[in-house]
Parts: sequence; C-alpha cells; structure tokens
Amino acid sequence: MSVNIKIRDAVKKYGDNTIISDLSLDIKEGEFFTLLGPSGCGKTTLLRMIAGFNSIEGGDFYFGDTRINDMDPAKRNIGMVFQNYAIFPNMTVEKNVAFGLKNRKLPKDEIASKTDQFLKLMKIDEYRDRMPERLSGGQQQRVALARALAITPDVLLMDEPLSNLDAKLRVEMRTVIKQIQNEVGITTVYVTHDQEEAMAVSDRIAVMNDGEIQQIGTPKVLYQRPANLFVATFIGHTNVIDAKLKEKGGKAYLVLPGDYEVEVDTIRKEEIYDRNVKASIRPEELVVDANNKEGITAYIDDAVFLGLNTHYFVHFENGETAEIIQESKIDSIIEKGSKIKLGVKTEKINIFDETGSCNLVEGVVNDYDIYKKEA
Amino acid sequence: MFDSKKNFDVWKVVSALILALYGLFLIYPLFKLLYNAFFSNGQFTLEQFAKFFSQTYYIKSIFNSIKVSFLATLLTLAIGIPLAYFYQMFEIKGQAALQVIIILCSMSAPFIGAYSWIMLLGRSGVVTQLIEAILPVKVPSIYGFNGILLVLALQLFPLVFLYVSGALKNIDNSLLEASENMGCSGVSRFFKLVIPLCMPTIIAATLMVFMRAFADFGTPLLIGEGYQTFPVVIYNSYFAETGGDHNFGAAISVIAIIITAIIFLIQRYINNQFRFTMNAMHSIERKQIHGLQAVLINFYCWFVVLLAFMPQVYVMYTSFLKTSGKIFLPGYSLDSYRFAFTHLKNAIPNTFLIGGLALIIVIILAILIAYLVVRRNNAANRVIDTLSMIPYIIPGSVVGIALVMAFNKKPLVLAGTAIIMIVALVIRRIPYTIRSSTATLQQIPMSIEEAAISLGSSKLKAFFTITVPMMANGILSGAIMSWVTIITELSTAIILYNLKTITLTLATYTYVSRGNYGIAAAYATILTAATVISLLLYMKLTGNKEISF
Repeated sequence: MSVNIKIRDAVKKYGDNTIISDLSLDIKEGEFFTLLGPSGCGKTTLLRMIAGFNSIEGGDFYFGDTRINDMDPAKRNIGMVFQNYAIFPNMTVEKNVAFGLKNRKLPKDEIASKTDQFLKLMKIDEYRDRMPERLSGGQQQRVALARALAITPDVLLMDEPLSNLDAKLRVEMRTVIKQIQNEVGITTVYVTHDQEEAMAVSDRIAVMNDGEIQQIGTPKVLYQRPANLFVATFIGHTNVIDAKLKEKGGKAYLVLPGDYEVEVDTIRKEEIYDRNVKASIRPEELVVDANNKEGITAYIDDAVFLGLNTHYFVHFENGETAEIIQESKIDSIIEKGSKIKLGVKTEKINIFDETGSCNLVEGVVNDYDIYKKEA
Repeated sequence: MFDSKKNFDVWKVVSALILALYGLFLIYPLFKLLYNAFFSNGQFTLEQFAKFFSQTYYIKSIFNSIKVSFLATLLTLAIGIPLAYFYQMFEIKGQAALQVIIILCSMSAPFIGAYSWIMLLGRSGVVTQLIEAILPVKVPSIYGFNGILLVLALQLFPLVFLYVSGALKNIDNSLLEASENMGCSGVSRFFKLVIPLCMPTIIAATLMVFMRAFADFGTPLLIGEGYQTFPVVIYNSYFAETGGDHNFGAAISVIAIIITAIIFLIQRYINNQFRFTMNAMHSIERKQIHGLQAVLINFYCWFVVLLAFMPQVYVMYTSFLKTSGKIFLPGYSLDSYRFAFTHLKNAIPNTFLIGGLALIIVIILAILIAYLVVRRNNAANRVIDTLSMIPYIIPGSVVGIALVMAFNKKPLVLAGTAIIMIVALVIRRIPYTIRSSTATLQQIPMSIEEAAISLGSSKLKAFFTITVPMMANGILSGAIMSWVTIITELSTAIILYNLKTITLTLATYTYVSRGNYGIAAAYATILTAATVISLLLYMKLTGNKEISF
C-alpha cells in the first residue's frame, strides 16, 4: 500500500518569516528518500508539513492522487518515528505497538497477530511486557519503528531517528532501518543532518540549505558530481582551492597554486574560457608525487596515522592549507616539515565557477533541475 | 569518599542538628499527644476513645468530613483538569492574566472565600436578595453541606489546575503527535493518552485536595452551621476542655492522624501502580482555536476562574464600604482601614515579623535538608526526609494541639510566645520549599560541584557558592508557596496565638466571627495585597511563573 509523494510549490511561513519558498519534490513509490542539510535548513519543517503537524502556507501535497493539504494528520495513514521516539512512557512495549491498531478498531486477534509480527520483526518480542524506561536507546528505537510500521502506513516518516544514539549503535541501527525498509518496501522520508548516515541508508538524497533544495540525487552522484560548492563541502570532506581555468587550443587547463598546470578534459565545452574558478579536490584526489618532481609544492604540517589511511595536513606556498588522504604504506610516514609535490586525479575533481553555484564539469545529474525549469 | 576522623565532615553535624530539632519540635509533641490520649493522671485508659466512639455526634462528624471532602475533590477534578487541558492546549484570551488570577485564587485563605460567599449568597446576601427581589424563587441555603462543598470546590480547583498544568507541560509534543498519527486525536486522545499520562499527578492532586478539604477548618466553622465536620469538632472539644492535659482533644487528634495516614497510604499504593517518567524535549504548543469551539472554551475558562475569584474581589470591595457597627451603609469610606490600623495594631507587624522569621528558617533548613537528602543519601537523612513531610499531611489543628501539650509546662514553656508560632509555621510550611529544592538539586549534576572542589574550593564553599545559586529559582518557587501559606495560616495558629502574637489572618477571622464584616474585609484586603505583592515580587525576581506545591 505504499504510495508516491508529490509536492508542488510548497511554502512555509512563520508569521512574516518565510522558511520554505516554492519547493517541489517527487518521491517514488517504495523509495528511501532522505532530506539532508545543516540544522535550520528546513528539512524537519518539510517533513512535518508532510506529516500534517505544520500548516502549509502554499502549494500542494499529494500522496498518490490524493491531495493531503487539508487532511487531518490522523487520517493521512502515516507512520512516524520521532527524534526522541515519543514512546508512551505509561504503556508497555506491547501496548505501544498495539496503540495505533487499537485506534483502527481492528478485531482483537488481528491486533494481537500484527503486534506480534512487528515485535518479532524488530526483534523486541522478549521485551514486550517491559516499561519504556527500562529499555536502552536502541531498544526504544526499535519500539518506535515497530509502532510506526504496525499500522501498515502508506508512508514512513523519520525525523532524525538516530541522533540520540551513541556512534556504534547509530551504525547498527541504520543498517536495521535500511533492512526493514527493504523488507517492507514502504515509501520512506528520512531527515538527518549526518551525511554519512544519509549515504548509508538512502536511495536518493535531497540536500537542503536555507529552505531550498540544492541537489537531488543518488549518494554516488552527490559525492562525485555535486551540483554546487555547498553540496561538495556538505557531502564528504573536500579542499576548496582558488584556481584559474585557461583555454589553450580548445583544451582546458587548471592553474593551481604555485602555477602548477594540469589539463582537465571533463569541463563542459561551453564553460571553457579564461576565468577564475574554485576547485573542489577531495583529500583522496591529491596524490603525493613519488619522485617529488611534478605538482603543487606543499609542506607537511602534521600527519595522522589512522590504520587504513594516513591523513596529511599541508600548506601550499601561498599559505592555503589542505588535507590529503593516502593509503597507509609499510614504509615510514612522511615527516613533518617535508617539502612535497602534489599531483591531482583530474578525472575525479570538480571545478565550480567563481561563486561556487555551478559545477563546470560534465556528468552532473540534479533531479531538482526539472522543477527549476518549470518555475 | 570516606571521611576519616581528621577529615571531619560538617554535614554530619548538620544532619544531627536537624534530627535533634525535629525530635524536639515534632516527635516529642506527637509523643506527648499520644501519651495524653492514652494516659490520664498517669493511668492507662481507653476512656477517651470510648467516649468518642459511643457518641454518634463524633462519628457522624468524620463521615460528614469524608463525604464533603470526597465530593469536593471530585468537583475540583472535574473543573480543574479540563481547565488545565484547555489552558495548555489552546490559545485563550488573556492567557497570562488567567494564570495569575488562578494562582491568586489558590493562595487566598479558604475562610475568606467562605465568609465572602455568605455575604453574597447568605440569608441576607447581596445576590440572594437581588434574586429573590426579581424572581419568585427561594435561593437554596448556602449554609451547611452545600456551602462547604461550593466554597471548597471553588477554593481548591486552582490547585488541581496548577498540578495538572505542570504535568501537561512535561508531556512531549511528539507523544501527542504520535498518537494523532496513529488515528487517535481530540477527545479520544484526551481520555486514552493525556489522562493516563497525567495520572500520577492527578493522584497527587487528589490527595492534596482531599487532605486540604478534610483538614480545612475555617470554612465549615463559618458556613457549616449544623453540619459538623471533624476539624471543627477537634477545635471545639479542645477548647471545651478545661483541664491542662486535654486528654479528649489528644484522643481525637490521634484519630485524625490515623485517618490521614490511611488516606496517605492508599494514595501511595495507587500511585505505585502508575510509575513512569516523562521528560519533554519539546513541550506542547498551544493551538489557535476558532468559531464556536473558541467561544465555548474561552467562556468555560473565564467563567470558572472568575467565579472562584469573585469572593476575593467582593471582600476588597466591601472593605471600602461605610459601616456602622456590623451593618454596611450606603457610600464609601476608609473607616474600616482606620479601625484596622488602630485596633489589633500588632497584627500587621506580627504577620511580617513572625512570618518573615519563619520564612528565613524555612529557606535555610530546606537548603540543608535538600543537600542531605540528595547528596548524602544515608539512613539518618532518609529519616529527616520522612519527618519533614509528616506535618504536610497532618491536620493543622492537630499540630497546634500537640505543640501546646508539649510546651505549656516546664521544662520548656513556649506556649503563648512568638517562638511557638514560628516553630509551628516552619514545620507546617517547610515541605513546599524542601520539595522544590530537592527537585532542583537532583537536576544539578554533582560534577559541577566537583569541578569547583578540584579547582581548590572547599566542599561547603563549593555548595554555597556554586550549587545554591544554581538552585535559587527552585528554592524560591517553593519558598513563595511556603510564604503565602505562612501568612494565610489559620488552623494551627488559632490554637497557638494570643493577643501579642495575633496575625492578619487571625485578625480577619476574629472579626468575621464577631460579625464585623467591614473590618474583617479590611484585614483580608491587606492580606490579599501582601499576597499579590509577594507573588509579583517573586515573578519579577525569578522571571518564573511556576510555583511549586
């Protein structure tokens, strides 16, 4: 009974303060869709508009073909997992899970069997008679999820469900959530500010900032071909380096600090002309030149050995700093103060215009572009 | 952590001192009470109890008290819970004013309500005469059962409101949303989720209201007429006895303690069935309401609150009326005030001196006890915790009688002094401040104090310079309640006072019972003014609108 969600020109205002202006979005049936962004970007606001807890000041929200703008939250058939789980403290685990079913006035045996099914699915049937305060954070999370799913909702909404858990449990629970979502196949909208978590669970992610969607895409697209500098810096870690683009005989050359020039053949044809650009080079896209001959001149400030990888913190001759990640080698770590040369994996790096609002590299897919043209 | 001999722990001394104080001023008087109930002239006897149980007059008074208290409690719940729910869930016109009025209602002395209702609805009451002049109906009598019920319900529902409001504030908004999400909203959510979530608080409020109604003595005395309640019987039989030992008064007091203890234990038992903790990350947001719903909800809230507030306003009004002896005359004057300031001159300074001293002791002791209970949880300090709460549930007149019995003879004669008044006020009213201080201290992590100690501060200094200032708001939220109940205290003080130690509340009562309503109104208005000023001062000082019960 999963549905697709369609949002057109959504507007949210608090008094005269516009939080979201003109936002459109399509979430496919059965998709695990994540709203990702820094705090205050409007992601929870949008989620609560879908749930019906925030008023909608403009635009249309559809579940399938049904417009839900004015539908009572109780009638939207939504399962919701809250940031603090919102488990009823006065009811046992079992009663929490059965609560939604009882409100639907289902026959008793159906309530019992459904409750059972979801208690087992979430592996909490051994705690069924416990009161919530005697559950750990992870167990409470499971109760919240079981309770939300038990009513076989059309849509599952999750508002930062893992933010109250410790790091290890967070990783464990996100795997559980992903598995369950796959198993149940329910359309899911998930809100988080943790980009790694978003990448781990989502089919597609909408990156939001200041109430606007910056880019919609799969985790791979967002990481490798971010639509703008905000997405590049928010998803993963990156070095933003001021550089110049030069056109020579129809080919594009990137001039990096210390006048190190490399050819880049990924730039879109129409964008190739002499201009200032911002290069987004991820730490793993900088390569220490083994011969120490060719590349950007840099000096090692610090080295951190983390097992699989070694992180180097360097500065260039112009004073800019950068981070490099190298696979750890068996020989010794490069010493502090050493002068090195850095090459660049040109096929991987992204180059933005001077304002950072547009990626000049080919292959950027932004599912949000279609709505921009509509408008 | 263990204190060696040379590392002498000052808190053990504090603990011992407080235990000694409670021993002298609570255990010893209660023991004396027990002794006098069972021993007459050194002989063991059950004569007093036989006397009590052989006369239907006495037993009936217990049933009367239970009946009227029970119904009054039900009424307060029926009025107070919806009021609190509406107040927390919806935008109501004049929200802030409404709350201040409710707090004021909860703080006025109950008998003032009783005598004001007599002036309004009594035999020659203003409203009675008005209705009977216009309509051919007879207004039902306010005296007796109906009157007590009316006054108690209107007097006590603000307590239910304040209790339940507090619980509603602890409900996380997402709980309500989760329920709505699963198809349960509106009235059904109120009964299925909100009421169960507030249950521990509702039970606590029920006990509180019942105890107050049961122990209230001013209201039935003024308005009860033939309807005898237990506290009035205690009071009357105490003063009817001429002997110094007051054996019968003691016996009745023991019975009163047993009854309240039973009620308390029942409440404990029920409360244990509802144990869970709540913690609101996002508290409930008030919703805008429109149309008929808005009209009805606003009407309900303002109607019940103004009805409860009306007696106070009317008392203030009558204090400015011209009087001649016991009758009100047309026109206005300040004569009542002139009289109030020239007669019983002690009343005003006494109220603030005796009350002020009591309050200072209450605050200091409460801070120390809170520290002992929270940070030094050992057997001795748990005993202190329990002892400090005993006077909270014993009827005030019983405390008064016990104190008189203990201190009207050598070795320690305190009866008739201001000291005994202060002692009574402190032990009766300290529980509010202890509770609020303890609750606040529990929320302050020990690590803050430890940080101060690691930075070279002594334990005592760390507590008083770091922790106590952090507790300030919590202490004050209980202290304001202690203070207001101190200045409006009647049931204990009426047994202990004399002309030298008379207070505003007692002066009001004296003139009410003499029928001098104008002068009584002047005293009551001064008292109300003191309450209002204290409350405003408190709100200004702490920026807090919460009061701890």
